[in-house]
Amino acid sequence: MHKSIEHKVRILTIALAALALLFASGCSVTPKVDPDIAYEPPKHKAEDYIKETVVYAADVYDPWEGFNRRAYTFNYYFDKFIYLPIVNTYEFITPNYVEKRVSNFVDNVFEFNNFTNNLLQLKLKRTGITLARFLVNTTLGIAGLWDPATGWGLPRQTEDFGQTLGHYGVGDGPYIVLPIFGPSNLRDTTGLVTDAVAFSVAGPPAWVDDDTTTLVFNGVAAVDKRHRQSFRYYRSGSPFEYDMIRMLYKSKREIEIAK
Amino acid sequence: MFKRLDRILGGCLCVLLLSCGLAGAYDYPFADPYVATVVGTPTEYMEVLPAEVPVKFDTLQMFPERDVPGILWNLDELRYSYIRQKDPAPLIFLIAGTGAGFNSPKMQLMQKAFYRAGYHVISISSPTHPNFIVAASTSGVPGHLEEDSADLYKVMQAIWQKHQKKMEVTEFYLTGYSLGAAQSAFIARLDEQEQAFNFRKVLLINPPVSLYNSVLILDEMLEHNIPGGLDNFKAFYQRIVNAFADVYAHGEDVQFNNDFLYRAYEYRKPSSDEPLAALIGTSFRISSENMAFTTDVLTKAGYVVPKNLVLRRHDNVRDYAKVLSRLSFLDYFRGIFVPHFQAQDPSVTEAQLIKTLSLRSLDEYLRNSAKFGLIGNEDDLILLPGEIDYLRDLFGSRATIFPHGGHCGNMAYPDNVSAMVSFFADAKN
Repeated sequence: MHKSIEHKVRILTIALAALALLFASGCSVTPKVDPDIAYEPPKHKAEDYIKETVVYAADVYDPWEGFNRRAYTFNYYFDKFIYLPIVNTYEFITPNYVEKRVSNFVDNVFEFNNFTNNLLQLKLKRTGITLARFLVNTTLGIAGLWDPATGWGLPRQTEDFGQTLGHYGVGDGPYIVLPIFGPSNLRDTTGLVTDAVAFSVAGPPAWVDDDTTTLVFNGVAAVDKRHRQSFRYYRSGSPFEYDMIRMLYKSKREIEIAK
Repeated sequence: MFKRLDRILGGCLCVLLLSCGLAGAYDYPFADPYVATVVGTPTEYMEVLPAEVPVKFDTLQMFPERDVPGILWNLDELRYSYIRQKDPAPLIFLIAGTGAGFNSPKMQLMQKAFYRAGYHVISISSPTHPNFIVAASTSGVPGHLEEDSADLYKVMQAIWQKHQKKMEVTEFYLTGYSLGAAQSAFIARLDEQEQAFNFRKVLLINPPVSLYNSVLILDEMLEHNIPGGLDNFKAFYQRIVNAFADVYAHGEDVQFNNDFLYRAYEYRKPSSDEPLAALIGTSFRISSENMAFTTDVLTKAGYVVPKNLVLRRHDNVRDYAKVLSRLSFLDYFRGIFVPHFQAQDPSVTEAQLIKTLSLRSLDEYLRNSAKFGLIGNEDDLILLPGEIDYLRDLFGSRATIFPHGGHCGNMAYPDNVSAMVSFFADAKN
């Protein structure tokens, strides 16, 4: 068992190091201005409109924008050629009823993270509800395939470690577009990794202690997650989609942390 | 004795009230047009439509030779959707409203309703949507009803050509909402000459009368309703986010889904219409920003981007977004639109252009053609006082006007869905 944990931690470390490298190589995003060309000023110039004293909703700290914009495009292609074809196949062969059972099952397994993070934020009532949900759904809900707990007034209490950090006042840090995972920031990426480590070291994968089962579960969870997420890269048609999503992500997390 | 009489009278009164209620009531839940426009129709009041329909997505290239700058790289193929019936059936084209794509929630609603009614359905983005501007607009300068409608007509024919072998079509129908409704009128008139489809029936849902009047109204909704003016937009935005956070944290079982706005409204009813008007204005401003930027870059108009600067795929465009957030649709009209048409014909004036951007320019045709129908709302926010009366007069008995619903807020309400579908169903039989 210890060997398997070491193995997982090592993989995560390598992944993080690779990510850090990608950031370090961050690329330029300033429009390419050729010093030999005289640019005709546009009718409405930036300096006439943008004021130092005004705070703009669109301004989100994004020092790694060059990398982020490319990761955003990478995700578009990853979705298009790998992720969505798999999800579409899954949706095609699986009846909606079964899809719902799978989603419930995955949610139930991940109650572990809701439990730890509610506890870490000392939200005791919500911790209790999460524990009760897990017990009810695992037993009466047959391994979590059904969710009778919600009907009994025990709704899901979603919390992750990014929210826990935010709850204790940790700021967003730089905006990050994670390859495959999508929009995030330094705080939430830390949260994502911490939750993943905690989950695999002390959560259900450790209880089961079977690498094949864990691998299969992770695969199913990844497909189920994308199946439930209707967001599609570059589908808004807006030339400002990157900026828009960056602003909305920040606000969405603010709203989630406040709960 | 008197007591008994009371009871009988009371009973009669009840029956009377009830029957009046049954005959004339329109129970769409929001009487305030701002609330209706923002919140729309909550799920519990919505017409129940199939959750999933066998919709297919496809793309089309109208200008394969067009040189598209890197920043617009993902917009050069026009995306659209279609649903095919197995048996021979009428085909209906749907045209989206200002800034909306073929797959916007309102388009999906119409698509499902018409598919359920037994039609083939083809959904097309608005000519003001960046994808349409890049992939299908001849001039790249949207807003001209006649030109945009001609572009739409070409797109409709190209799509039809692509699918006609696999669709058995008995006759053609056309509808659109908001700006898409005004364009439907112009498309129908073009079709009278070109006769590619010979539309049997055409339905206009919540159209503007004068495009110019409507965009002025929408520009002002943003500019007049942010406390302290646009420089304080961030504070306004943050107040909305905080209000949402409050609803999410303390409202009972509130989730991020289609009904979030409704739950937020129920939990924290705004004390005035101002924030709602500002939200409508913001949504319109975002559409205008997207449109103006796309046109500016595509046609090298030198509006906010230097004419000879080529923006690449991953270039930072934040400053352009900030500038555009301060520019109204009227600025676009005067800064890009009018100059574009004056470059073609120096004698054309702003007033002349404004006149062409109106259903009034088709008055005689619309007044006399039996193929048209109209669904409107008494309190439509994009109409000036008197404009709804003009529509009522123009369409007479062909108009169905609901007492409230704001601008397109009630489209998913059962009475509206049934008015929309039955207009065509009457033609089918």
